Amino acid sequence: MEELSQEKFQELGQFIDSLPSKKGELIRVLHKAQEIFGYLPKEVQYFVGRKLGVSTAKVYGVVTFYSYFTMSPKGKNHISVCLGTACYVRGAEPVLDEFRKILNIQGTETTPDGKFSLCSLRCIGACGLAPVVTVGEKVYGRVTKEMVAGILAEYK
Amino acid sequence: MSNINLTIDGKKVEVLQGSMILDAAKQVGVDIPTLCYLNLHDTKMKNQSASCRVCVVEVEGRRNLAPACATPVTEGMVVKTSTMRVLEARKTNVELLITDHPNECLTCNKSGKCELQDVARKVGVNNISITSNSMSTYPIKVTKTIVRDMNKCIMCRRCEVMCNTVQSVGALSGINRGFDAYVGPAFDESLEDTVCTHCGQCIAVCPVGALSEKDDTGKVIRALADPEKTVVFQTAPATRVAIGEEFGLAPGTIATGKMVSAIKQLGADYVFDTDFSADLTIMEEGTELIGRVTKFLNGEKASLPIMTSCCPGWVNFFETQFKGMSDLPSSCRSPQQMFGAVAKNYFAEKLDIPREKMVVVSIMPCIAKKYEADREEFKVNGNPDVDIVLSTRELAQLIKIANIKFNELDESKFDAPIGFGTSAGVIFGVTGGVLEAALRTVYEELEAKPLEKLEFETVRGLDGVKLASLTIGGIAINTAIVHGLSNARQIVEEIQSGNPRDLHVVEIMACPGGCVGGGGQPLHHGNIDIIKARTAAIYNIDDTSADRQSHKNPFIDTLYKEYYEKPNSHKAHEQLHTTYSEREKY
Repeated sequence: MEELSQEKFQELGQFIDSLPSKKGELIRVLHKAQEIFGYLPKEVQYFVGRKLGVSTAKVYGVVTFYSYFTMSPKGKNHISVCLGTACYVRGAEPVLDEFRKILNIQGTETTPDGKFSLCSLRCIGACGLAPVVTVGEKVYGRVTKEMVAGILAEYK
Repeated sequence: MSNINLTIDGKKVEVLQGSMILDAAKQVGVDIPTLCYLNLHDTKMKNQSASCRVCVVEVEGRRNLAPACATPVTEGMVVKTSTMRVLEARKTNVELLITDHPNECLTCNKSGKCELQDVARKVGVNNISITSNSMSTYPIKVTKTIVRDMNKCIMCRRCEVMCNTVQSVGALSGINRGFDAYVGPAFDESLEDTVCTHCGQCIAVCPVGALSEKDDTGKVIRALADPEKTVVFQTAPATRVAIGEEFGLAPGTIATGKMVSAIKQLGADYVFDTDFSADLTIMEEGTELIGRVTKFLNGEKASLPIMTSCCPGWVNFFETQFKGMSDLPSSCRSPQQMFGAVAKNYFAEKLDIPREKMVVVSIMPCIAKKYEADREEFKVNGNPDVDIVLSTRELAQLIKIANIKFNELDESKFDAPIGFGTSAGVIFGVTGGVLEAALRTVYEELEAKPLEKLEFETVRGLDGVKLASLTIGGIAINTAIVHGLSNARQIVEEIQSGNPRDLHVVEIMACPGGCVGGGGQPLHHGNIDIIKARTAAIYNIDDTSADRQSHKNPFIDTLYKEYYEKPNSHKAHEQLHTTYSEREKY
């Protein structure tokens, strides 16, 4: 698997080795690991645990506690639909549903071809453009259900 | 440290600074109900998560109620433990726990021993007035040792403290959060694929039916009903001083004779004793020890310290946690497995039956023994040396199912020839016992004269790590005795970093107190005095025994003459020894 390459493990290993102390650094290391790998699969959690001298069960406990950490890989194009108050009242939910319908995914997972992943979040600070959708770094404002297919087409 | 004065329910009390309200209340005889709290004094087991809120009390000047188990006393504190407000709150808190707990008391194996059930009665929950619209739904996870039913979990976190702090195993952790939180292994893997040692201490502290042993009583019933099978039982040392508790006898009651009678009444063909194979272990391990030490004294490379290998929880811990030292543990199989090998080879030959027609049932104070018996290396053509392992609790259950009046039974003796064990075998059931039994034999071997005082007091007691140096036959032997796996970790890591104490022999038992405190024993509910009473009973058996040294067991002598030739012979190595491998697990 390319995304779990030796180089990435090496980079993470070096980061851990560079820490002045390994005590109490689990969350910081997991942040770094997610930055490197994009997500935190079992192999990475096991690696982190062994390197820090923390049980794998505890690592998994922390990963499942914080919603920021994810165990599924993000797609090539990561779509975030804002469900903050402003976006929500201006119709973000039908937009999210439309993405789900077209991409044929239920919750917040990644499409089988790895092209798209979908998540919802709470407010990205662009309420004037509500409802807001981001694809990667690009921001789309005043999105309607009808616009969804067109947005996706840009990345096909 | 200075003392603190406070008042509890109008009674003045002076306690050490840092004490909790609960400790202070106990001192003046005020009983505060608890549920998640567990303090197994003299061991590292202390759970104080204050999560159940059953022990709440009123503290004058404090707005909300305080959990007595986790609230430190302060000077002049005025505590009220049974006001209307307190009693109502306790009841509501227990009701809330029950709204997310299945009503399966009729079929739950902890029923009658369940601490939630007890506390619900105590605080007077007669109906559930709170309606809840959601209930946890987790699949029940069954392994060959431990069954986890997280629907019944009340999130007291005792098992986590046991697994992580006392045992330093790290198989369990709190997963997810809020209502979805549960306790489980990494990635929800089966415990068999994790670093779990199957010691069963999580079961021993679980207040409810969330953790229990895999029930194998049905297998025994089927074997006993099969006319084609010869069913052979062995009973471990620590079971005889604990099983009485399941029938209302006082902790520490020696019930060996009644237990043998009960098993015979169940329909066993032979009832033998693991004490016999404990004696055999001493012969094999003692010889191995002398061999390694002699090598060392001759300046040759020797694998030291030798570590005992009787405890399967420890063996699992060793194999999953430590690398590059698999030559150190004794190659001896545990007494359970030695018995199985002797039964299915030597004894089956004597009976002139094929091993497949014999069923060996072990009664063990242990959960890890179930795992051990199932290891591939202890099978011949798929047929295990030990077929079924029951915990002490399961045997008691079986006796109840069979409608046997345990307390009214006459005492019976074990059968011959592999049912006679010396009391050196009996003390295998307590921490320090294996080493003491070994010393009683090794001393006479090396000194070539009788040992005058058989008791080695320095190796006894509940300290987590005990050290004793002895001079035997002109050789200074440094020993360490540890129980509880975090203590084992400490000593093994020391050895890994160069063995600064120059240890030659290390005895390790996974469970606090040794097998008397095993994961398969009757539940102690946090009362360490029960484990102490069992320990005293083991030494009592030893004190009053006429045969106290393994090498003086006449049946062991016969076994070598008729079958194994001599300790560590080729045949003994084949059937009574094993090897260890490193295992990578989550």
